Amino acid sequence: MRYLAWSLLGLLVVLHQDYWQWNDSSLVFNVLPVGLAWHAGISVMAAVVWFMLVTFCWPTAAEVDDEADAIAGAETESCA
Amino acid sequence: MMQLSVILAYLGLMLLIGYAANRSFRGTAVDYLVASRSLGPVLLLLSLFSTTMTAFALVGSTGRSYTLGIGVYGMLASASGIVHSMCFFLIAVPLWSFGKRYGYTTQIQFFRERLDNSWIGLLLFPFLVGLVVSYALLGVVGSGAVVSGVTRGAFAELGWFRESGYGVPAPLASAIVSGVVLAYVIFGGMRGTAWANAFQTLLFVSFGIATFVIIARALGGTDSLAENMRRAFMAASESHLSRARIPKPIYFSFLFIPLSVATFPHVFQNWLTARSARAFKLPIVAYPILIMILWLPCVSLGVWASSPMSGVPANTDENRVLAMLVSQHAGPLLAGLLTAGVLAASMSFDSQIIALGTMFTEDVVVHYRRRSGFTDRQVVVMTRLFITGILVLTYVLSLFPRAIFDLGLWSFSGFTGLFPLVFASVYWRRLTAAGAIASVTVTFVTWGGLFYRSGFGQDAKYAFPETALAIGGGWAIPPMLPVVAILAASTLTLVVVSLVTRPPAESTLAKFFPH
Repeated sequence: MRYLAWSLLGLLVVLHQDYWQWNDSSLVFNVLPVGLAWHAGISVMAAVVWFMLVTFCWPTAAEVDDEADAIAGAETESCA
Repeated sequence: MMQLSVILAYLGLMLLIGYAANRSFRGTAVDYLVASRSLGPVLLLLSLFSTTMTAFALVGSTGRSYTLGIGVYGMLASASGIVHSMCFFLIAVPLWSFGKRYGYTTQIQFFRERLDNSWIGLLLFPFLVGLVVSYALLGVVGSGAVVSGVTRGAFAELGWFRESGYGVPAPLASAIVSGVVLAYVIFGGMRGTAWANAFQTLLFVSFGIATFVIIARALGGTDSLAENMRRAFMAASESHLSRARIPKPIYFSFLFIPLSVATFPHVFQNWLTARSARAFKLPIVAYPILIMILWLPCVSLGVWASSPMSGVPANTDENRVLAMLVSQHAGPLLAGLLTAGVLAASMSFDSQIIALGTMFTEDVVVHYRRRSGFTDRQVVVMTRLFITGILVLTYVLSLFPRAIFDLGLWSFSGFTGLFPLVFASVYWRRLTAAGAIASVTVTFVTWGGLFYRSGFGQDAKYAFPETALAIGGGWAIPPMLPVVAILAASTLTLVVVSLVTRPPAESTLAKFFPH
């Protein structure tokens, strides 16, 4: 899953350069210009991919630091 | 006059927030500078978003879309959705970790210890101050332009301010807004700034959507939002609905601009306010969506403004486009409320100002004198004095305004040049102090040289290489945004000089690469 998530992020960067619809001024669903709708879609997909990344690829070293602080805090409280 | 009353009420509310934060002040430097590292995910998200979405996002994006069309969204908004979150994930979390473990409040403190070198601080300080002041200028210029634009005619009966169309003159509006920001930054510190920023995010996002709906209705004339949008878009030229006005290499090079978020001193300080590493998860995921919610309406408004039916004259100053739309298509009360929303974004230069104060105090005053020589109270007072001086300087510079979008791009390009340094300091053990110093120097020289070549930002279309550079076999490097050359020169210098100089001490590496 880790590799899939990073690969999807790379794919988003490629899809961001959508040269094939550069001069297309048509409206999607008669509401949004196609170039604008495509990039709104990129924004939504970016949130999905980042959800995958924070779920499956979260840096464990940072979490350890959190836990260490929590333990230290608990010890301080118990000492008090 | 109604608009002015609402704007003044909003500014008064900001002062109240600063006062409330002051009541929670614990009297220590770490509380004033990084809010005692106590912010949870929601407050961190709102505060970070407001810190990065300034007048550039609202006033600048609307104005540039008025000129270039829908491509502005792809150039910066969707690109930032990918790249900003990447910077939070790859840079913010480890830097927060170092900050909490070793007690940092500024980037320079981190670099000095990571590189085991004091000179890097002296080199970085003036460069960062210059770039942050140019960034803060966006907010000062933007707030003046917006208030001046929507209050046009408000003083007609009194006969005041004739030269600015009987509205509040932009320099006076900028001065009042700067004064309010100064007050809540000084009294509220980082906690007040974070609270104000969170409130401002809620305000400018919700009012941004409201502006979009109201102006769509005014232009479309029906009760259906979809139909109003269709009519408003169809009134614009085809080139505004596509990316025909934007060269592809320029569009591509915009992808590098959002890397700058990893090197902003004020964003670094904002990261340090997080309660835990886990607090970053929400900002990382929600950022692309929040950017979309803010930028989609702004870019649409800019495109709509380009059509004759909008009532915005051709060749209007980009900085005034949003204000003109609001003042022409919303009633006085609504225009006042919407302006408060725009001001909310423009006023997020507060965190830039407080970051500069922190850098001055921690990286210059405290670093070069014995820490024990100053009490926490004295440190806070020095920070407040420096903040006042820097805001006055920024205000004076704002009296010579440029297009907000271009001003922002040059500032962001300089910050992006520092990205290799930040990235390597977290992930590359072989980075040396000499490599870092050489990279910062080359960034400064390249940025300065290109800025000079652009007529100090006067040439909005300046690109480098200035003509396509043939490299044999039919290949050529096309003209791109200066940020590409700056980033390439900075990266190359950092890698080469690091590899040919003595590796860092093992004790230093053990401190920053424990795993």
